[in-house]
Amino acid sequence: MIRKLNPGNLARWAVTLPPSLFLVVFFLLPALIVVAASLREPGEFGGLAPLFVGGAFTHALTLDSYRFFFGDTIYLEIFVKSFFIALLTTLICIALAYPLAWLIARSPKRRRDLLVLLVILPFASNLLIRVYAWILLLGPLNLLYTPVAVVAGMVYVHLPFMVLPLYTNLEKHDPALLEAAQDLGAGTWTRFWRVTFPLSLPGIFSGSALVFIPVLGMFAIPELLGGTGDLMIGNLIKEQFLDNRDWPFGATLSLLLTVAVLLCAGLAVLAAKKSFKGTEAVT
Amino acid sequence: MKVERPPPPTPRPEGGGDGGSPPIGGSMQLARPALSPGGEAVRGRPGSGARPWIWAASLGVYAFLYLPLAVVVLFSFNDSVLNAEWVGFTTRWYDRLLHDEDMLRAAANSLLIALVSSSTATVLGAMAGIAMHRYRPRLLPFLALTPVAMPEILLGVSLLLFFRQVLDLTLGLTSILIAHVTFSIGFVAVIVRSRLAGMDESIFEAARDLGATPWATFRRITLPLILPALAAGFLMAFTLSIDDFVITFFVAGVGVVTLPLQIYSMIKVTVTPEVNAVSTLLMLLTLSVVVAAARFAPDALKARE
Repeated sequence: MIRKLNPGNLARWAVTLPPSLFLVVFFLLPALIVVAASLREPGEFGGLAPLFVGGAFTHALTLDSYRFFFGDTIYLEIFVKSFFIALLTTLICIALAYPLAWLIARSPKRRRDLLVLLVILPFASNLLIRVYAWILLLGPLNLLYTPVAVVAGMVYVHLPFMVLPLYTNLEKHDPALLEAAQDLGAGTWTRFWRVTFPLSLPGIFSGSALVFIPVLGMFAIPELLGGTGDLMIGNLIKEQFLDNRDWPFGATLSLLLTVAVLLCAGLAVLAAKKSFKGTEAVT
Repeated sequence: MKVERPPPPTPRPEGGGDGGSPPIGGSMQLARPALSPGGEAVRGRPGSGARPWIWAASLGVYAFLYLPLAVVVLFSFNDSVLNAEWVGFTTRWYDRLLHDEDMLRAAANSLLIALVSSSTATVLGAMAGIAMHRYRPRLLPFLALTPVAMPEILLGVSLLLFFRQVLDLTLGLTSILIAHVTFSIGFVAVIVRSRLAGMDESIFEAARDLGATPWATFRRITLPLILPALAAGFLMAFTLSIDDFVITFFVAGVGVVTLPLQIYSMIKVTVTPEVNAVSTLLMLLTLSVVVAAARFAPDALKARE
């Protein structure tokens, strides 16, 4: 049964098994339950019709939740809008993070760590506090409960995710490349667009994934800063689980969000790999 | 501002095999020949020294990061019920906080949950980190790192479904603890693994050659060496737990309220200066923990990526 219980093997299982077991039970299994739940009917008193009765899988499965989702354009609209907000947030983050990351990467080594820490510190404070700060700021400006407030909050909360990978990338650039470009007569702008920017694409892509994906699933920011028309996928999911108690539909929405996230992550990895291939010849 | 794009003087030697990104290949081909003679110091190093507008833009971004939080801190000392204008200095919001039963209970819950969950996550995460470094298991990195990378709401609802439908568990302390351990393991594992990756493998080989059992090697060599990483991982897991709102929101049920849940219900209803005070205190707490974590393992924060 057990191949050979020598001490080396024992040590291997002693460190691998406990965390694996814990995560299989409390991460993998729940994730699979979401798939099963999306194919169920809602229970009489909210929740699901029981999944297991007497240890056996019961009831027929149904695609009702999926039909419901695609039967009404309102849900697709919210998905599209969430994508748009995530995209906008990502672009603004790139624009704000780039000069900062560039500055940090070009600073003397001693100052660099401090500048990085200054980016991380606000990020260490609670999400709700950071959102609340914007309630205070935007309230007097009459911008609260608008899409502008939602995007501002999203950018504020996720900006460090863009700065850090971008900085890590820019730090590795060989200054000799820029010197060479200058020697060949390239101006500041040309040097940026034809040397620095292409080389930084892997950093931009990994930062984008780190911003885009959490924004897509966020519900606290649209709920606290947005108006009734600014609901996103996350709010929809929350509503199904806690207010409407239509858990199968909530599970369906979660699953569709997962698919969207996996697609985005896959795209980001592909794009980063491709741009990396283009740059590795020189770095 | 004019952008001139001279054609590369030398044709690209490779036949455009992957058809990747021409501008990159082009400009690099342009840059490369100049590198070989360029061993000597070059005038006016273009990459070093930032331009004023970059400084200005960066300062603007730092202001964007800190101004909102500064406003919260400032108004926590404001002697007015409205968060609109500065009236005068007071500490009465902190006073009120100390006598707010609900808030104190929430804080106690949060501390208890953070301590237990981060201790558990440190043990399991250290195991995972060691396993990932030494044995390169295939499934474990996926299991440990996916909860870190995916939107929190997905982990929240999947655990809610699991606890209620499969385990039929009453939501409360246990469900919150399990959820927090689940998302913290990955962070600890990454910190421990990067610490191990930076170490000389020959120490472990030497121990083995001298006849140390795996347990003795672990206790006398591995453990002391990864201790700073364990401390950083513990602190990281602690802040993650005490700060978590989204996942806790789904698995807390009605009985147990944590500090973030309490803050949430307060800012949903009305905005009172008490929120400013509790936010300021919570910020101070997480700030000191993060600074401590950065001390123990300077690379730990970067490992969050």
